[in-house]
Amino acid sequence: MTYSLDFGWLAGATGAIARGAATTILLIAVTTLAGTLLSILGAAGRRNGPLLLKRAIGVYVEVIRNTPFLVQLFFIFFGLPSIGVRLDPVLAAMLAMTLNMAAYTIEIVGAGLDAVPPGQTEAALALGLRPRQVFIKIVLPQALKVIYPALTSQIVIMMLESAVVSQIAVRELTYEADMLQARTFRAFETYFVVTMVYLILSIGLRRLLVGGGRRLLGAGVS
Amino acid sequence: MIEFTFWDILRNLLLAARWTVLLSLAAFVGGAVVGMIVLFFRIAKNKWARRLASGYIALFQGTPLLMQLFLMFFGLPMLGLRIEPWTAAVLGLTFFASAYLAEIWRGGVDALPRGQWDAGASLGLHYLQELRLIILPQAFSITRAPTVGFLVQLIKSTALTSIIGFEELVRTSNAINNATFEPFKVYGLVALIFFVMCFPLTQYARSLEQRAAAR
Repeated sequence: MTYSLDFGWLAGATGAIARGAATTILLIAVTTLAGTLLSILGAAGRRNGPLLLKRAIGVYVEVIRNTPFLVQLFFIFFGLPSIGVRLDPVLAAMLAMTLNMAAYTIEIVGAGLDAVPPGQTEAALALGLRPRQVFIKIVLPQALKVIYPALTSQIVIMMLESAVVSQIAVRELTYEADMLQARTFRAFETYFVVTMVYLILSIGLRRLLVGGGRRLLGAGVS
Repeated sequence: MIEFTFWDILRNLLLAARWTVLLSLAAFVGGAVVGMIVLFFRIAKNKWARRLASGYIALFQGTPLLMQLFLMFFGLPMLGLRIEPWTAAVLGLTFFASAYLAEIWRGGVDALPRGQWDAGASLGLHYLQELRLIILPQAFSITRAPTVGFLVQLIKSTALTSIIGFEELVRTSNAINNATFEPFKVYGLVALIFFVMCFPLTQYARSLEQRAAAR
């Protein structure tokens, strides 16, 4: 059997691929912001919060880390409506991605907080800063600088995992690929092209994050 | 309509979980074998062999697993191979695992002091003997924790094979959900089964990590 590759359909498909890629970028942008914020709160809560909160965060982290993202997504999208929480696909995807990413980044941010020497907090308190100021202005920037590479990797991993949200009909890159291959009957070529788009997105995202991190957190961020 | 009791649902899910376990094991063993080959290239003396392996690893770590599975599923038939979802799932996950395992183990090889190679050479061992007797045993032993950690990731990744039509836990749960209309219960149970499989391994990886840190 011989099979000849055919990329003739590509000319008419660039619009759909670009739209899908834009949705994927939107999803990961929202997830990055919400997930990072949630993980800072979670890591701080796990260290300084009341015992019950510490336990709850611990359980949340273990449950998310030990179950597949796809199952979490289905649980949120199909399962929650039966207890009255109905989300539209894009919101469900953003929620699932944020909750998933934060479970990993809580541990990462926590490691960063632990890496800041206690003398920093003591010095800041001695200078008369309030505890909240100490955390936001002194401890957090130093912690983020240490864990920035790990955070970057986690964001890229999450972007790649976002491919499965096509399963709840979010019109992102993989969903557009599914639609294209159903129309063109060129499944391999379609998925090959889209895989390369993902590869470019992940390389670009990593570059962007490293560059942005340098600007935001100062030199020495890799 | 057939009525499903709670026990019917659980029994069917557990039966399907056997396939998840089997697929995870097959992919882990396959990934370890292919990963060893990638590792040999990755730490070879030849610059082009190293670059080839780096490219291979970057390709698999820079694209979604779902796309890799689709390319297996639709790509292999073009080479004239008849392919079932099972074959595509095992092959796809094997290559995926090989890239990650090779990179984990390379970290172990790189962490060894240069003197280990020199000592091996001074004992008159040739390259392969050095690797087999000195370098690899140490590299594997210091990377045991991330290797177990990756196994957890691999078990979770088998969920994606439901999308290319392999009848494992998640695909079965979709079918049960369509029959019972109890997504909360069904997906909750699926999450629980995955948790029971993964959590002990996660704890084991953590204890290995702590033991390594204490040393």
